[in-house]
Amino acid sequence: MYNSIVLVKQVPDTANISGKVMKEDGTVNRAKLPAIFNHEDKSALELALQIKDKFGGKVTAVTMGPARASDILRECLYMGADEVLLISDRKFAGADTLATSYVLSEAIKKVGDFDFIFAGRQAIDGDTAQVGPQTAEKINLPQITYAEEIIELSGKTVKIKRKIDGGHEILSAKLPVLVTVIKTAAEPRPFSAKRVMAYKNAKSLTDLESMAEGNSLLYVDALVHEYTSNSLFIPTMTMDDLKLDPARCGVNGSPTKVFKVESVVLAGGNHVTVEATKEGIGGLIDKLMEDHILG
Amino acid sequence: MSNFFLENSDLQFQFNNLNIKDIVDLTENNYQQKKDFNYAPKDYEDAIENYRKVLEVVGDLAANDIAPRAAEVDNVGAVFENGKVHYANGTLENLKQLSQADMMGMILPHKYGGLNFPFTVYMMATEVVSRADASLMNIFGLQDIGDTIRKFGTDKQRDEFLPHFATGEYTGAMALTEPDAGSDLQAVKLSAYQDEKGNWFLRGVKRFITNGNGDVLLVLARSEQGTKDARGLSMFVCYGDKTVVVRRIEHKLGIHGSPTCELQFNDTPAQLVGVRKFGLIKYVLDLMYRARMGVSAQSLGISQAAYEEALKYAKEREQFGKSIYSLPVITNMLLDMKVSIESNRSLFYSAAKYVDKKEKLEEHIEKLKAQGKPFSEETAKLKHIIKVANFLTPITKYVLSESANKITYDALQIHGGTGYMKEFKVERLARDARITNIYEGTSQLQVVGASGGVINDVLGDFFDEKELKEYKGGLSRLANYLKEIRGIFKDSLKYVLDKKENSFQDAASKDLVELYSYIYIGYLILDEAEIEPRKVFIANRYIINSMANARKNAESIKNELFSDILHADKILV
Ligand SMILES: Cc1cc2nc3c(=O)[nH]c(=O)nc-3n(C[C@H](O)[C@H](O)[C@H](O)COP(=O)(O)OP(=O)(O)OC[C@H]3O[C@@H](n4cnc5c(N)ncnc54)[C@H](O)[C@@H]3O)c2cc1C
Repeated sequence: MYNSIVLVKQVPDTANISGKVMKEDGTVNRAKLPAIFNHEDKSALELALQIKDKFGGKVTAVTMGPARASDILRECLYMGADEVLLISDRKFAGADTLATSYVLSEAIKKVGDFDFIFAGRQAIDGDTAQVGPQTAEKINLPQITYAEEIIELSGKTVKIKRKIDGGHEILSAKLPVLVTVIKTAAEPRPFSAKRVMAYKNAKSLTDLESMAEGNSLLYVDALVHEYTSNSLFIPTMTMDDLKLDPARCGVNGSPTKVFKVESVVLAGGNHVTVEATKEGIGGLIDKLMEDHILG
Repeated sequence: MSNFFLENSDLQFQFNNLNIKDIVDLTENNYQQKKDFNYAPKDYEDAIENYRKVLEVVGDLAANDIAPRAAEVDNVGAVFENGKVHYANGTLENLKQLSQADMMGMILPHKYGGLNFPFTVYMMATEVVSRADASLMNIFGLQDIGDTIRKFGTDKQRDEFLPHFATGEYTGAMALTEPDAGSDLQAVKLSAYQDEKGNWFLRGVKRFITNGNGDVLLVLARSEQGTKDARGLSMFVCYGDKTVVVRRIEHKLGIHGSPTCELQFNDTPAQLVGVRKFGLIKYVLDLMYRARMGVSAQSLGISQAAYEEALKYAKEREQFGKSIYSLPVITNMLLDMKVSIESNRSLFYSAAKYVDKKEKLEEHIEKLKAQGKPFSEETAKLKHIIKVANFLTPITKYVLSESANKITYDALQIHGGTGYMKEFKVERLARDARITNIYEGTSQLQVVGASGGVINDVLGDFFDEKELKEYKGGLSRLANYLKEIRGIFKDSLKYVLDKKENSFQDAASKDLVELYSYIYIGYLILDEAEIEPRKVFIANRYIINSMANARKNAESIKNELFSDILHADKILV
């Protein structure tokens, strides 16, 4: 039996950026983009579910995000997660990877009882690949990044194949371990129809609060009670619930500042014809090395 | 992300106007199951929400997983090697995902692991899957085998087979056809015999069996030695074990992903399903009615896919300085396609609801009987529903499968030369469509199946009622056309009956069936046009076109186009 915590994130669908969602300054208006489940996080969840299918255990999906991030937690339930947790607070807004990993690491400690923490390698909005490693550091865990395959898992050790430039590397680690996962690691399973039907009405605290707001006959406490007793409540934690240091959360805890955003127009320039001979190719390689593209 | 359910506005229209509370109430046994199954609905609204959500999952899988694999599945196809059938990799992936998504037992009851969905909703899923890969529908659609065992098998058989269907572990096959028994299934020879302990065994050959390599086979066999007709046939269930030898699979025009097997049964142990001698006349007919709806869904899915391809291509392709989409001739073809698809869909879901109602009411009556409650009211209702369902099924199969051929033909035509090339999807669609009007009974047999209902005017009351209804504005003009078509139909029918000549009646039945179908479909769309203004366009083109066709049908009959059949030998030299 192995328990896993999976870190998941809702991201703007950057593959579908159109003119309409670009702001004047070249940044993206997130609110206008459809929000989706970060692909590599889905692969991470799939890997955790495969371990559960094979060895038993529990899978808990955790996300830090705005209220609407409960969408992807429902999707985690549809795929097979046993439990989910939404970490949400206005005070988390503007968090960089440092602040994010601080919050996540504290939430993980709170959930506790895990053998694996899985996360996607990176999220398509920030592309930093830092949150996983930073979280591991804060909890003082071994980490294996860019995981592509679990080669062996027995007792308290796992052997994992990770992708590196130009090849693979096989690492062993003692559990508990944090693993960041690339897309090719596992094809996410489709939603199970039965789970979709069972959990379609799962709601977070904020979801219930907005329900109550629109209807004077509903009370949040009663709703929470009702949803909890029907196993449809998505537990929600705020900064205070986690007893976090405000100075380390959100904008306050984020040393990374966007200095300038430039809109770069890529345009083709001159072209060079390379002879398809040994000499021609050799010349091309020399040139690429000179420009630090190769080597 | 594209989605074949969400992004099909007409399918959405049908879904949003399902109005199947009566069916769902019976299916869900008044919503008593929630306590045992956390996914069971708590009321009608909740059930509809369930269906919507699950169809979204099907739509997502179809658009983003199944459809992208379809070209490869078509290319590689199912292959036969060393006595074994291998699905294409894409087919295996598709089946794995559909199983993971709990979609392989959509209509099976909760207690066997199924979703307990109404047949109508299952048909929507079938349409969506077929649009992505028509050949996958054949295997997906064979989940009906499980449902047939549920309907006619014993409790022991249900427990033995159904849970494995629901998980997708078992796939099924329906083994009816033999070399000498195709359209005429009464001629089935495969023999079923008993040993002294009463165990049944099967011996003989079946051919053209879709997924004959499946795990569980329903087999129509002659259990009464020495008989020659339908009354000597019973239905059996057996495992596809080593006594069932796949001799070969067919190399065929389309649906390459679906293996079509020749099977030899070598003393295969089998179990009788239901009552002896009722194999063809009761169980196979029942199974075939639903399978015909499945093929209709397949036809509709293929049609939708072809239309999408044609529309996209027409917009992109430029000739004479503009996109061919704006050439009136091409626009006209696209409109014809779209109107056919939408009118077909109306007919299809109307028929599906009747089939659904029929099944649910039959079961309900069984339950009332078992509880010793009165059921005469239900029986009277059922009688009418059976008549309509058994009539609408062949009509639907006939109209939709012929239409799929026409639509793929036109879609290919819109592509010009590129449409003839393998690189374009429409080439596959045209090949796949071609089977739909052959199997599960050819179009000719569907006409035979529907003509009784036409002659007996099964929808007469429905039409009378509609004729009294007041339609507003432009719709009243179209309603008048429908009255006129009905007049034409009545005249033509009278002409045929007065002639009292069987061969003439046989030849004319296609025209009569078509005439009758225009009126029914016409009223369906007219009613839809009252809900949704855009549908007025659909109603307009459908009904005016039907008017023109009706005159042609009537001319053929009244000018005795078929009289030369008597002289065929002189002409067909
Ligand atoms: C790809 C494929 C998959 C199949 N899968 C299955 C399966 O899973 N299980 C199964 O049991 N069978 C299956 N079949 C068999 C299929 O159902 C038969 O091919 C079909 O019913 C027609 O029978 P036949 O081929 O013997 O044609 P015939 O019956 O020989 O018909 C030849 C022609 O005569 C016409 N005709 C025959 N009788 C009449 C009549 N009374 N009135 C008017 N016209 C008539 C037909 O319309 C047709 O045009 C499959 C066939 C194919 C091609």
